[in-house]
Amino acid sequence: MTGRGVAVTGIGIISSIGNTVEENLQTILAGKHGLSRIANFPTRLQEYIWVGEIKHSNEALSDSLGLTSPHAFTRTALLGACAVRQALESANVQDVCDLRTGLISSTSVGGMDYTERYGMTYLTSSEWHRYIPSHPAGDSTHKIAQYIGIKGLVTTVSTACSSAANAIMMGARLIRSGRLDRVIVGGTDGLSKFTVNGFHALMILADAPCQPFDMHRKGLNLGEGAAYLVLESEEIVQREGKGVLAYLTGYGNANDAFHQTASSENGEGAFLAMEKALAVAQLTPHAIDYVNAHGTATPNNDLSEGRAMQRIFKNTVPPFSSTKPFTGHTLAAAGAIEAVYSILALQQGIIPANLHFDTPMEELDLIPETETQHQSLSHVLSNSFGFGGNCSSLIFSKA
Amino acid sequence: MTALKEELKRQIIEVLNLEDITPADIQDEEVLFGEGLGLDSIDALELIVLMDKTYGIKLSDPKKGRDIFQSVETMAAYISENRTK
Amino acid sequence: MKRSVFINGIGAVTAQGVWRPEIFSDAQVIADAITPADQPSYKGLISPGVIRRMSRGMKMGIYAAKQALEEASVTIPDAIVTGTGLGCSEDSDKFLRSLWENEEQFLTPTSFIQSTHNTVAAQIALQLQCKGYNVTYVNGAISFESALLDTLMLLQMGEGDNVLLGGVDEVAEQTYSYLQAGGYIKAGSIHETVKTSVSPGVNYAEGAHFFSMGGHKIASSYGEVVDVVLQNDLEPSEVSSFLQSFIATNDLRPDDMDAVILGYNGDEQDDLFYSAIQLELPAATSLYYKHLSGQFDSCSAFGLAAAAFVMKYQTVPPVLYWNEKNYPKTTWRNILLYNQYQGKDHALVFVRAC
Repeated sequence: MTGRGVAVTGIGIISSIGNTVEENLQTILAGKHGLSRIANFPTRLQEYIWVGEIKHSNEALSDSLGLTSPHAFTRTALLGACAVRQALESANVQDVCDLRTGLISSTSVGGMDYTERYGMTYLTSSEWHRYIPSHPAGDSTHKIAQYIGIKGLVTTVSTACSSAANAIMMGARLIRSGRLDRVIVGGTDGLSKFTVNGFHALMILADAPCQPFDMHRKGLNLGEGAAYLVLESEEIVQREGKGVLAYLTGYGNANDAFHQTASSENGEGAFLAMEKALAVAQLTPHAIDYVNAHGTATPNNDLSEGRAMQRIFKNTVPPFSSTKPFTGHTLAAAGAIEAVYSILALQQGIIPANLHFDTPMEELDLIPETETQHQSLSHVLSNSFGFGGNCSSLIFSKA
Repeated sequence: MTALKEELKRQIIEVLNLEDITPADIQDEEVLFGEGLGLDSIDALELIVLMDKTYGIKLSDPKKGRDIFQSVETMAAYISENRTK
Repeated sequence: MKRSVFINGIGAVTAQGVWRPEIFSDAQVIADAITPADQPSYKGLISPGVIRRMSRGMKMGIYAAKQALEEASVTIPDAIVTGTGLGCSEDSDKFLRSLWENEEQFLTPTSFIQSTHNTVAAQIALQLQCKGYNVTYVNGAISFESALLDTLMLLQMGEGDNVLLGGVDEVAEQTYSYLQAGGYIKAGSIHETVKTSVSPGVNYAEGAHFFSMGGHKIASSYGEVVDVVLQNDLEPSEVSSFLQSFIATNDLRPDDMDAVILGYNGDEQDDLFYSAIQLELPAATSLYYKHLSGQFDSCSAFGLAAAAFVMKYQTVPPVLYWNEKNYPKTTWRNILLYNQYQGKDHALVFVRAC
């Protein structure tokens, strides 16, 4: 990539550890996890699983956005709109139409939360028909675009749990190619019965707070949330004298091509994604000061990702942690939420703790950071992997 | 036991969509995973649900399934010992 | 320096059968509310152990992908980029139904795993052992064009030589019944075509369309894809400026267009957008295709295949003409495609014979 990469001029986030960037930062510094029992909807799994749930009802989120009912914003759209609004405020954007501005969002669950609630009534009553067109994943993006008044290049990525990283990557490439001046990128996913039961059926949910990279890890905790970045071209940054939070300097996408859900034993896809991201950023592996790992705490992911890190970094794996014990695994939003944490790490000079780690894996000589570390960082690598072998890595560099 | 094994074969074919295979094609001792019938980890999860739904046997650890699901023979033996319905 | 991007191979499973030279001469105009694609045999193409779990969307996608790659003589592409509006709805429906019926008990994971929108692109990667770039877009009527935009950028910037580009959507009984209840799909008792449509809703179908896109022209090349632009929202009155700015960006004048391929689907409100474009391009011959493909989110990929056919064979199959009388033309060089759905998700695609 020529120059310093693509500038990040704004960030916004809502997760189970806070409604704002500042709240998320404070909770991370305090080392407090955001996991709890599901309260927003009834489920048989209530007593069995832990989740990173945002304790606001859809009505409360809707009110905070100033939406007038009836509307057909699903939880995914509501969370997305909350985070996008913050990102625009943070980037000091008053008018999204003053430049060629795009929106690349991502989601995996889309409007399933309302389909699972009202779908069985659709054929017999028209009461909830306004949610029929809210079902497709792309609808949440349309709702967000409508909320912020954007007209232009608006689209949605869905590559399971690596979705937001790919949306961020696409945004950066659109700016580099000169097609856009500014792009809002990220992801959003609300918790639904559909997803919690799906992961339960896969038997990869832990019945306790998750323990990434621990020998005795029992699986993941699901979460919900949304995060977005505002990316702007270097030209706009220069012309308007904008403050830059960080630069997106590298990105890589590869496919593991191994199995529908499981990651390969040697972490091939993850390795290739990291290798590509380093090449785009024109950095050597030892320039990376911190890795925000995908680290879902499933036996399979952490071993595969750990092996991939050992392959790319050889004997000197940089400090790393998974922040999923704070938020749960927020699926399509995870890549954006962790991008925000990576940017905060660069800005604040911190490495977030990998909570609940106790015993190193016997297969790997790798120990994550168990306490918040304070040190100056120049380059942070963030990993996001998903079902279908989709592996993506992003590199953020200090402004 | 023979009846149970026949029933199991039919159920395995049905839940795993084993097209072009009949119960007669599956031998009692035949290895189900890897070589033999060529089942994989996703099939194992499907079989865990079959055990729960049809025989009231709950297996919480997918790794345990590996021994039980070695063959129709081992499955039938485990079921007749542990079934609750 | 931007590289040119060529359509080097096409594969499809559609309501008109699989992609073949006779697809348009054999074509039957759709007059049913829901038309499943005419399925080929998948035996020999996908192994029995793998196919047993696959939904129609996955099978159609793999068939179309292999057909496209074969025509372009590509073994493993550098990237796989797909678009789908509803993803793997059949598996989604199945998991949701068992969630309802069994009240969150006895749920099996297969349909959940396969309900993710990236399933088809991931399965193709797995089948081909393609470890390259792999992304799926899901954004209504521009799902496919989003993938096309990504493909253009990959090839124009030299991030690969061959990209497998595709669009897939499948008929899923439950999801389609909801769309029917909501008035988006015509009632089952209605038998109208795009041209004779008077009742609300449109005729839906399904299909998988794949294109082997390359940075080099080869013997099998159909034509060049020059540019694409996407827009989430437009009023019919804004169509003119949307078109003019796209044409100007590509250093063209409206009269340069030999043909315009429009997404007419029989819906009166949608018609307004297409007739607005026709007014702007009086010299271009108007063509349409949804009377053959049916409506679904990625159906505009069938339109691109039709454009490719016209460019390669330099003839327009009569079934594609929108107007009854057309000025005779002997060369088909510049073609514009325009599609949108209910005023949302507008895309203009400019292709050129090579």
